[in-house]
Amino acid sequence: MSGTYLGMPSFPVAAREAVNNPTLRANLRHATHTIRAKRAVAVAELADWALLREAGKQIKDRTLRHLDTLLVELEEKVTAAGGVVHWAADAEEANRIVTELVVATGEREVVKVKSMATQEIGLNEALEAAGIAAYETDLAELIVQLGQDRPSHILVPAIHRNRGEIRDIFATTMGEWGRPAPDDLTDSPAALAEAARLHLREKFLRAKVGISGANFMVAETGTLVVLESEGNGRMCLTLPETLISVVGIEKVIPSWRDLEVFLQTLPRSSTAERMNPYTSTWTGTTDSDGPKAFHLVLLDNGRTNTLADEVGRQALRCIRCSACLNVCPVYERAGGHAYGSVYPGPIGAILSPQLRGTQSDIDASLPYASSLCGACYEVCPVAIDIPEVLVHLREQVAEKGGKGHRLEKTAMKAAGWILNHPAALGAGERLASKTRKLHPHKVPGASAWTDSRDLPALPEQPFRDWWKKNRT
Amino acid sequence: MNTRETILTRIRTAVAQAPEVPEPARDYLPSHTPNNPQILLDLLAENLTDYRAIVHHTHEDNLPDLLNQLLSAHGSQTVLVPPGLPEHWLQASNAQQIEDSSTHTPHDLDTVDSVVTGCALAIAETGTLVLDASPDQGRRRITLIPDHHICIVRTPDQIIASLPQAMPRLDPTRPLTWISGPSATSDIELDRVEGVHGPRTLEVILLSATPQPGDQR
Repeated sequence: MSGTYLGMPSFPVAAREAVNNPTLRANLRHATHTIRAKRAVAVAELADWALLREAGKQIKDRTLRHLDTLLVELEEKVTAAGGVVHWAADAEEANRIVTELVVATGEREVVKVKSMATQEIGLNEALEAAGIAAYETDLAELIVQLGQDRPSHILVPAIHRNRGEIRDIFATTMGEWGRPAPDDLTDSPAALAEAARLHLREKFLRAKVGISGANFMVAETGTLVVLESEGNGRMCLTLPETLISVVGIEKVIPSWRDLEVFLQTLPRSSTAERMNPYTSTWTGTTDSDGPKAFHLVLLDNGRTNTLADEVGRQALRCIRCSACLNVCPVYERAGGHAYGSVYPGPIGAILSPQLRGTQSDIDASLPYASSLCGACYEVCPVAIDIPEVLVHLREQVAEKGGKGHRLEKTAMKAAGWILNHPAALGAGERLASKTRKLHPHKVPGASAWTDSRDLPALPEQPFRDWWKKNRT
Repeated sequence: MNTRETILTRIRTAVAQAPEVPEPARDYLPSHTPNNPQILLDLLAENLTDYRAIVHHTHEDNLPDLLNQLLSAHGSQTVLVPPGLPEHWLQASNAQQIEDSSTHTPHDLDTVDSVVTGCALAIAETGTLVLDASPDQGRRRITLIPDHHICIVRTPDQIIASLPQAMPRLDPTRPLTWISGPSATSDIELDRVEGVHGPRTLEVILLSATPQPGDQR
């Protein structure tokens, strides 16, 4: 994965900092509450939502079971339609393939459609190291790039920024990257969008190489699909002479017909719209319409490891709608940066540790970045049981026995002895009841779990003493 | 072993013990709307309007006048025309017609005021126009770069109720562009702003063969 996040603090450390930032909390609360209310309305319009959700889940499960044959079929169809397919085992290999493809065109700049896969592999940084400028063209990604910031949401990467902050970023940095923002730039969203339009249009019109991801790849036909709103996707997919798409292997679906499910569930789950303004589909290259050269880079980068985990593989059903972020009480308060990954929120808490492994502090802490309330599972349009995977991953982390888990084991061992010795247990209970006024409300010096929870109040006398006195 | 074989082998190993998964149950609804041409027409118009497209109703004889009116109102001096657009559609317009050509650079297209196209079909439930680059629609880029797009939908033939009914009528080997309202963004505090990189104004003409009540001139 990208080197950007190396040395990230664990989730509790990063989250503590984030919840103390009142601007961030206000921005996040406003945004997540707005979108979750809209989503509920958009979903309620479809009487068969539960059936569409189940069909989406089943299509993805079947895809994962037959991923090898579907990828081979996809490769065959893309090649027959004039595209070139490349395979990349990890981030390094994918970055090397893309860099070589761009260098071969003789160009020194590329325009990019917002893509989680290219963020995951740190493609922009790799291109920069090779002397190639990569321009993000999604408005939110532009805000993040100009602000030298990191994305904090899957769908709205600049969700943590309000209009005033965005105005300041545009006014001070746009000129360094190309056309400067107008002198009288205000903080109205329309004025900011207009500034971005003028700034990016000069890049779109001259670009010779476009780089994208894809929401879906249809094995049956070799068709790639990108959903977007602004038209920056259409610009990058149709104006350049060369198009390079970097796509995770799990994004394949078996048939053209399958799109009828996801085109109903994805827009409603993500932007809460009946349909996003623009969807583009392309199959290889088309004579005199769009790029003359098309390259598809199929990315593994931890996906086959995730696939091997019986419980955890369901995370690969994810269609990156971000509905789980918007309903998550933990995400709403901690923000996306605390997750230390391009995939924040509940899905990030299960996807990142599986793609990257749980060796680092941040990845080992992510399965705990949840209250297990289950809201993420309820809204997921492909029914990923995120709480189930979280608990499963906690078990894996616990088995490796970090510091906290050694204490837990000692405590459990002591508890086991007490419970096996009734006399000792009874004496302990009586002592606890007698001294109950002296007990603290919280366990002192314990972990993050006990810090945020009060101890239950002890009764005046142990239950067994009460029973002996009143019932025997 | 090359990377392709490595990845395929890893996949096969990963799912070797996994149970077989049956074909997906497709018991969701084929459509959420009664199959009635007038209801579909109204729903399409309503959903297009909801996403800030401007909707007009007219019939064949009035189309040239309406197109002239819309282009004039927009102040368009030039209009981009795909090769297969019926010639008489623009016969009443004074705007200079520019035929789409592969020699036009993106910068050339950026100087054109408007574009007029047909479509492959329109989906009523989602308010979506689908263009498939047929001769009356032209290359994908011509409906993207000019700031004003007028799209003509033939009713009732080209109006489809739902996504499940639209998929079998579309050819995936053609490049498709699905358009639901003008370009828009919600990236700033989730406030929806129309018109970022694509056309800021989308006008849709719902065209019937014979006069209908409510037609515009």
